[in-house]
Amino acid sequence: MEYDQVASISQVAALIFFIVLFAGVVLYAFWPGNKKRFDEAAKLPLEDDPESGNEKDN
Amino acid sequence: MAATSQRDEWSALSDLLAIGSAGFLTILGLILAMAGEDRVMAFHGCLLFAASGLALLYMLTQFVEEREPADTSGYADGVIRAGVIATVFWGVAGFLVGDIIAWQLAFPALNLDLPWTNFGRMRPLHTSAVIFAFGGNALIATSFYVVQRTCRARLAGKWSPWFVFWGYQLFIVLAATGYLLGVTQSKEYAEPEWYVDVWLTIVWVVYFLVFVGTVAKRKDPHVYVANWFYLAFIVTIALLHIVNNLAVPVSLLGTKSYIVYSGVQDAMTQWWYGHNAVGFFLTAGFLGMMYYFVPKRAERPVYSYRLSVIHFWSLIFIYIWAGPHHLHYTALPDWAQTLGMTFSIILWMPSWGGMINGLMTLSGAWDKLRTDPVIRMLIVAVAFYGMSTFEGPLMSIRSVNSLSHYTDWTIGHVHSGALGWVAYITFGALYCLVPWLWHRKALYSQRLVEWHFWISTLGIVLYITSMWVSGILQGLMWRAYDQLGFLEYSFVETVEAMHPFYIIRAIGGLLFLLGALLMAYNLWRTVRGDQPVDATDQPSVAAAPEFRPGEYTAPAE
Repeated sequence: MEYDQVASISQVAALIFFIVLFAGVVLYAFWPGNKKRFDEAAKLPLEDDPESGNEKDN
Repeated sequence: MAATSQRDEWSALSDLLAIGSAGFLTILGLILAMAGEDRVMAFHGCLLFAASGLALLYMLTQFVEEREPADTSGYADGVIRAGVIATVFWGVAGFLVGDIIAWQLAFPALNLDLPWTNFGRMRPLHTSAVIFAFGGNALIATSFYVVQRTCRARLAGKWSPWFVFWGYQLFIVLAATGYLLGVTQSKEYAEPEWYVDVWLTIVWVVYFLVFVGTVAKRKDPHVYVANWFYLAFIVTIALLHIVNNLAVPVSLLGTKSYIVYSGVQDAMTQWWYGHNAVGFFLTAGFLGMMYYFVPKRAERPVYSYRLSVIHFWSLIFIYIWAGPHHLHYTALPDWAQTLGMTFSIILWMPSWGGMINGLMTLSGAWDKLRTDPVIRMLIVAVAFYGMSTFEGPLMSIRSVNSLSHYTDWTIGHVHSGALGWVAYITFGALYCLVPWLWHRKALYSQRLVEWHFWISTLGIVLYITSMWVSGILQGLMWRAYDQLGFLEYSFVETVEAMHPFYIIRAIGGLLFLLGALLMAYNLWRTVRGDQPVDATDQPSVAAAPEFRPGEYTAPAE
């Protein structure tokens, strides 16, 4: 295979791969089922729970 | 009962492993000190011998005394306290060296005509001290803090977090003393020689294991977005560091090595590394800091968690391609230059998405900007992040780059990111962390934070505006032709023209250093437990969690 062929195949493959990947990320972010989980996660830094690091119960 | 004895076994095994490694490193240090082929290697062997010898002695005394088993409940905060102290120390040291070399540029006689204080050796000392020592310690300390709180799990490992801390300090000392003694592999931001690179790789792998081990112990199935940014930073820095530093040492007992790449491949690898050090060390890591400390201090949830997910994935997939914009108009193939430029411009999107997410987290609480200088510092940091990630893509455009490259404009751009974004978000995090970690009711003085904020902001403004003017002046003078087609100015005329701006820049740097000294004083008084002078002015979130009214009752001892 010539250099130009390899280059164009890899360019097209990368283009498709990254667009699909990005679409996947956007779908994941906006998937209605994830909304509750994300809303909870957004509040995560605000919850101070100093006892939770306790490992004595393990 | 069975669980307890299993824990004891693990603990004994980790003690054995830690003592064994320290013993091995002590012997290795001794060998290098005795048989090192050059004086720097012998000196660094002595350092390794002393550091690991002390670690070995400490661990053995712990072992011999047969104390009660260490308290492993709650969070492991000791190593974070150490990291906070190291961050402040290296920050002040790095800013000081930076300002010294800024004055050297204005008045070259200040290099004292000595090899060790020469600009060429002091400059990597400054860049490494602020990026790796100040920034690195800040990232390690805050990542250990954030990962424990957001995963609700104690830091993994017994000795490993402390190995990461002390091992990283040893890396800094080896690198810094090496530069001053003239040992460098001449790669920008990757100056340490092969053996220091090997040491950092070991430390970094342990850091990765501690971080991932803690995430694995989490109670909540979801991994909070700040941890994603920290993890991307740790993994990518490991990759960049190893690939860019592949070298063949001349001798295993000497400092000198040769990089495996040559020519344009070496340049491309170097700037793939260099730009991603910006993208993953100075951006992704500090974004992890932003996604924890901004919501925490503002007492507001993240503005849009969805946006943070898109921000994360698009940022890490786009940044990795932007490196070639450092090599416009060089032997690098045109397509690679265009690729780097295009991806740099695309980076506008995730960067501004992240900036908007950080700024809008304050929605409904904008009044805090007026009353709380710590949140102001965090938010101004995010604003500077937006500004320098706007300027960066602009400068990566080939035609703009033809004016800006190799001029002071680049230096100004870097410092708007480094002082405005990296340092300010770190200062904000430090002002939060010190009362929280040392169980204080407030910072010693909020008024001093105000002074720090305004003095440093003035310093940044002087710095970046003088470098814009000086850089554009320099670029225009370099490309000016007279009517006969000769260059209008000689190089030394451009140097002369920049002199006033160099002085303004050095004054800006001095103000920034003064601000950092105020912070060090304020934090030291807070750590000492001195009575806060203006506790009533401070928000309740300034206090350690157990002192915040109505949030929860302190656990019984």
